[in-house]
Amino acid sequence: MPENVNVFEDDFWAINEKLNQLLKSTNALSVLLIDKAGQLITTAGDISQLDTTSFASLSAADFAATSQLAMLVGEKEFATLFHQGEKQNIYVASIEARVMLAVIFDQRTTLGLVRVRVKQTVAELEKLFQNIFAKLEGAPSGQPAESAFGTDFASEAESELDNLFK
Amino acid sequence: MSLINYSSREINCKVVYYGCGLCGKTTNIKYIYGKVAPEAKGKLISLATELDRTLFFDFMPLDLGSIKGFKTRFHLYTVPGQVFYNASRKLILKGVDGVVFVADSQVERLEANVESLANLQENLAEHGFNIETIPFVIQYNKRDLPNIASVEELRAQLNKWNVPEFEAVASSGIGVFETLKAVAKMVLKNLG
Repeated sequence: MPENVNVFEDDFWAINEKLNQLLKSTNALSVLLIDKAGQLITTAGDISQLDTTSFASLSAADFAATSQLAMLVGEKEFATLFHQGEKQNIYVASIEARVMLAVIFDQRTTLGLVRVRVKQTVAELEKLFQNIFAKLEGAPSGQPAESAFGTDFASEAESELDNLFK
Repeated sequence: MSLINYSSREINCKVVYYGCGLCGKTTNIKYIYGKVAPEAKGKLISLATELDRTLFFDFMPLDLGSIKGFKTRFHLYTVPGQVFYNASRKLILKGVDGVVFVADSQVERLEANVESLANLQENLAEHGFNIETIPFVIQYNKRDLPNIASVEELRAQLNKWNVPEFEAVASSGIGVFETLKAVAKMVLKNLG
């Protein structure tokens, strides 16, 4: 499937390292990597006060809506978004059409620095994701999940569902 | 599509409730939200107008617990049903794993249901999905109202794929969990 994002161990650590580098070099509060369907992939920095699930869903919707706005004025997409608040700001950048990077920062850094560093990080992450997507597309019948889950996954899932809705 | 993170051992799946305006999509989600144990759910987000019509979407994360060591979570979304919000509907279908089509059983809404279903097919196709292969169930809602079409009639108009179908009264919770459970099982089966 074209929009599938599966993240494997090695790639995950490589991605996390890039995010932590970005966090340090910008002095931002936190960095979140989100797929464009609204699901959180990973984070760096302090997210203890943040509802990351809601954040991921809303920022994906935000990005999708803005992309449609871009098309209305003849652009393919707006590659970055910036929301300015009184204390905290959010900067969002698109990576490889399927993933986006959100940086939350305050007055301890500047938009200019965030913008420059994000640009570098996006370029590096694009390479990583190209590899991940190539791996997924190369996987037999597009089902890399199969071996990890085993055959009884479906039945165990069913009993969890039954428990949830008791 | 589902996000599977092998490193943090998480699976996230996206289920979208689709249907014409005022058919009860948000009512389904709100009922689920009200009934599920607090530790199994996140925050319910509603981007609605002042009159409670869905403007962009409703969103609710639902934790299923751990399945074979993977923390499994469903993200439930509704779309805005009103015809002129098609751009928003299309966006929400991005990366969808399963669809619930909520049909309004009232006779006078039959045409609106048919139109909405055609719109769903069209929007799914634009994202590269096929309604015949994606996990998909239909809910005939508002079965408590007096002026409703028979299930046979609704089936003839809406369920030509013969997918699982459920009668429901979402406002009082009848059929709500059955519908969700059916689509959730289909989504998980697709993964495993």
